[in-house]
Amino acid sequence: MQAVMYIVQYLVFPGFVFSAVVGLMTTWVDRKVTARVQLRVGPPWYQPFADTAKLLGKEVVVPADARWTGFLLMPVLGLAAATLASTILWSVNLRPESSFVGDTIVTLYIMTIPAITLIIGGSASGNPLGALGSAREMKLLFAYELPLAIAFLTTIVKVGSFSFEKVLMYQQYNGVMLGSVSGVLAFIVAIFCAQAKLGFLPFDIAEAETEIAGGTHIEYSGAPLAVVRLNTAVMYLVVPLFIITMFWGGVAFTGWRILTSVLKYVAIVVIMVLIKNTNPRVRIDHAVRFFWGPMFAVSAIAMILAVIGY
Amino acid sequence: MSLALKALKKSPWVFHVNTGACNNCDIEILDCLTPRFDVERFGVILVGSVRHADVLLISGPVTQNILPRLKRLYEAAPRPIKVVAIGACGCRCGIFRDAYNAVGPIDKYIPVDAYIPGCPPKPETIISGIVKVLNQL
Repeated sequence: MQAVMYIVQYLVFPGFVFSAVVGLMTTWVDRKVTARVQLRVGPPWYQPFADTAKLLGKEVVVPADARWTGFLLMPVLGLAAATLASTILWSVNLRPESSFVGDTIVTLYIMTIPAITLIIGGSASGNPLGALGSAREMKLLFAYELPLAIAFLTTIVKVGSFSFEKVLMYQQYNGVMLGSVSGVLAFIVAIFCAQAKLGFLPFDIAEAETEIAGGTHIEYSGAPLAVVRLNTAVMYLVVPLFIITMFWGGVAFTGWRILTSVLKYVAIVVIMVLIKNTNPRVRIDHAVRFFWGPMFAVSAIAMILAVIGY
Repeated sequence: MSLALKALKKSPWVFHVNTGACNNCDIEILDCLTPRFDVERFGVILVGSVRHADVLLISGPVTQNILPRLKRLYEAAPRPIKVVAIGACGCRCGIFRDAYNAVGPIDKYIPVDAYIPGCPPKPETIISGIVKVLNQL
């Protein structure tokens, strides 16, 4: 019985269907806010759903040079991993007792799988630009994972536990992490790393439509492209939710907390969209230097402050 | 009408091919994406790879060098694909008709679904042409 419950949770709520719908709505918010920043009107609310339905109906082209197993399997694997991360995060937020020891570390690792599948899919596409995109994504992954992990470890050090339940309980009794100096510093680092994790400007180096024509996505068409885009949409839900859980007291669906939860989520999304719209694309060496230099330093300072007790 | 076709009418992604145009039509195509016309209201986005495209916007007379690439681009695009010839050059070679390096209008080599004349065509004309292509579906 428990197994059936887990499967339903994974596939429907709070797993695949729920994450996909909310994630696609978030990509609409992203496009609408972008349009308003640029003084345009922007697409209607059903636009991401129309895009997905259209892509599912298009022809699937597999290039002759591609390894079709890796090329077609990897987007599905990435979507499965992103959905799993979303399921874990929603479960611990809605029912903290479903938390298990070390689930913060597990989720942090699952969140890197979509990037790894993109790297493998881009290399398997047989396209030189796809391989270039993969190489860039790999360098970017090495660059941002270190400060991101240290930023989340700041919260873990402060709380003294690896489970989401303890993190949420600590923030309920002692105030949110954003109320402390180390929390604020780690939050800033996490926002920038999230920007790179989601492949947004200024760190959309691996996709770079105007430069390498889509990079890792270049050879995907039809249904696989829809899966790749869904993958990004679900990650768009997962990454802000992880940040909210670690630094801003989590989300809940009871009473007034529904409103504050939605506001927290939209606030983080809007911060990310504004960073995206006010910055040009940086070069890969600039990105690596940015993450290993200033971002690493800030996260290390946050860590030290957390150890001291600020 | 199937759901996929209905969705296609709501999100036509365009891919922009220059087959030797003087860049004037290309500027007018980009004008459609600016705040004044904002075709993203109708779900149109300019994509970077032909594998993502639903509509090919082709401008320019076909030059000898671009001809094999144009044929390969058309073959590489996932079906259903629509082709729009933009500008006087795209429709009938324009002023380059007698040029030594222009090998003829686009429809000599690949099927074209709509012709948008003008040198260059106004953004309104381009939008109206794409609407006509979508109504053919």
